[in-house]
Amino acid sequence: MIQREVSIKNRAGLHTRPAAALVKLAATFKSEFFIEKDEIEINGKSIIGVMTLAAEQGSKLILRFSGDDENEACHAVAELIERGFDEK
Amino acid sequence: MTESKVKAEQPKGQETVLKGIPASPGIAIGPAFLFMKHAPIIEERSILPEEKERETVRLEQAIVRSHKELRKILEFARQKLGDDKVKIFEAQLMFLEDAVLFDAIYGRIRSELKNAEFVVHDEIGKYHRIMLAAKDEYTHERAHDVEDVRNRLLRNLLEQRAISRLEGSAIVVSQNLTAGDTVILSRNEVLGYATDIGGITSHTALLSRALKIPAIVGLKTISHMVQDDVQMVLDGYSGTIVLNPTEETIKKYEAKRERYREFEARLAPLRDLPAETLDHRHVELSANAEFEQELDFIKIQGADGIGLYRSEYLIVGREVFPTEDEQYAQYKLLAEAMYPKRVIIRTFDIGGDKLMVEPTKENNPFLGWRGIRVMLDRPNVFMEQLRAILRASTRKNIAVMFPMVSNLKEVRQAKKILDEAKHQLRKEGIPYDSRMKIGVMVEVPSAAVVAEDLAEEVDFLSIGTNDLIQYLLAVDRGNDVVSSLYQEFNPAVVRFLRRIIERGKRKGVWVGMCGEMAGDPLATILLLGLGLDEFSVVPKMLPEIKKIIRSVKYSEAQRITKRVLKMKTEDEIKEFLRTIMKKKFPDIPIN
Repeated sequence: MIQREVSIKNRAGLHTRPAAALVKLAATFKSEFFIEKDEIEINGKSIIGVMTLAAEQGSKLILRFSGDDENEACHAVAELIERGFDEK
Repeated sequence: MTESKVKAEQPKGQETVLKGIPASPGIAIGPAFLFMKHAPIIEERSILPEEKERETVRLEQAIVRSHKELRKILEFARQKLGDDKVKIFEAQLMFLEDAVLFDAIYGRIRSELKNAEFVVHDEIGKYHRIMLAAKDEYTHERAHDVEDVRNRLLRNLLEQRAISRLEGSAIVVSQNLTAGDTVILSRNEVLGYATDIGGITSHTALLSRALKIPAIVGLKTISHMVQDDVQMVLDGYSGTIVLNPTEETIKKYEAKRERYREFEARLAPLRDLPAETLDHRHVELSANAEFEQELDFIKIQGADGIGLYRSEYLIVGREVFPTEDEQYAQYKLLAEAMYPKRVIIRTFDIGGDKLMVEPTKENNPFLGWRGIRVMLDRPNVFMEQLRAILRASTRKNIAVMFPMVSNLKEVRQAKKILDEAKHQLRKEGIPYDSRMKIGVMVEVPSAAVVAEDLAEEVDFLSIGTNDLIQYLLAVDRGNDVVSSLYQEFNPAVVRFLRRIIERGKRKGVWVGMCGEMAGDPLATILLLGLGLDEFSVVPKMLPEIKKIIRSVKYSEAQRITKRVLKMKTEDEIKEFLRTIMKKKFPDIPIN
């Protein structure tokens, strides 16, 4: 298991488009992927789950991956979030 | 027809006025069509192990049908509204395709041996509840998408058909309308939408605006008060519904509709276009506002927002000071009405006498206890106002601005009280926009001189020319003997303005203007050339100013300004600008 804390950079927060991008990227990895925010933990491969987090700009998320490709998955997903989903 | 006669003829149908949140502009007059939707009734049923397969297949079929319905709505919406307006339905489709969600649902049907309806309702309900409890409004609204998908699935599981046809033309009245309802119903001749619940960002509001169908939301009880075919007037500009209107009322609204139509036709080509020069320098063109009644007008004039809301009008003619809650209600109304456009609220700009305690007579009130000075001396009053403004800021489209600032210390003190207000709200668990923008009015020469220092403390500067010119030139323009010395185009004023704009912008803040000069067509090119970022003007001048901005090049305005800055008298400057205006805009009246 590998764990990493990230914060939401993009202005609009984790709204539909970034949430979809996140889930889509996560689905390309075999590892299990969970996200925790404010004591709520959801499956990071579920769009409805990710939307439930209501993560605004500045929110802190804990990403947890476990599986064969956990390192690659963690790196890719964290990077997408840190890049602000390439939004402004 | 007199009112009494109408009453005599329609004993049950008394004229009733209801107020809601204006969601989509326009006026509709016609019969009501009551669109009743009952949430599906879900029973919890145990199934036999051999029924597992059947439940799974039922759910699979319901998903396929729901998917088809949503795709149909999506296609229709795309044709009618364009790609950018169909995101809601794309999100709903994504929920339907959420493998993690449905794996959990199929898993529970098999392990708990419960019917598909119950498990769907319960499992999606978990997410729905968390989203509903979210403090940010975006997630709150998305909860409705989740509910919408769930209800669609449940309806298909129960094999019920969706109603989407209505006879003739009518105003659709409902407790709530989903995005799908709003779009699909619009295939009929819908005159307007009126719903009990919903806010300005609800789907009904967003989609009806896009569909150009008048709508009012947040009417609370209208679906209980209206039967099919009751005559009604829906005024989407002001958020007013009139049930059983008298002939007089109908005439009044028909006249209003006609008036707005003519007006809109004349301005239509300009309204939706940005305030942008020919070489694409974009400026913000907003309106000054005092009364909520002006908002309709401001919106149809195509303003980018409200650049100055004079909050002291809340006090005019009142015996007692408005409470925090009263203020909040007013600010919230403004924010909702203008959303997503920005509203800049200026904190009370009052003389000490308006505080109604210890009426003080000042020899020279213009140089006396005014604006921020009063507020800093009465921190309780200030605190209440700042709390009210913060509470109304949850949609993130409110900014606050302090008037009559004459030194840096005042800005720091005001910000300290604002921080204290935020701290209180945080402790009380009341939401607000933690990044609400703060600005300072530059209307006292000493503030203008240190504009760069003020800019370091705030997000924007807004030049109040009326007072600035009076103070700079030492002229009371209400005094007939000297009023001719009040000169907007005095070289000292022009050079002073350049200084403020340059210094502010150098510190990375935007600089606007909310004084009368911003709405003077003769000054527009000059102000553009000085680099002004925002013009906040009297609403009726919006189209003219926009027309000027859109007809010149920024580079040309800069050249003109450069020449003006070299001129030595007001007469020379005015003559020069007049000649340009007459040549370029013969149809715009100038002084």
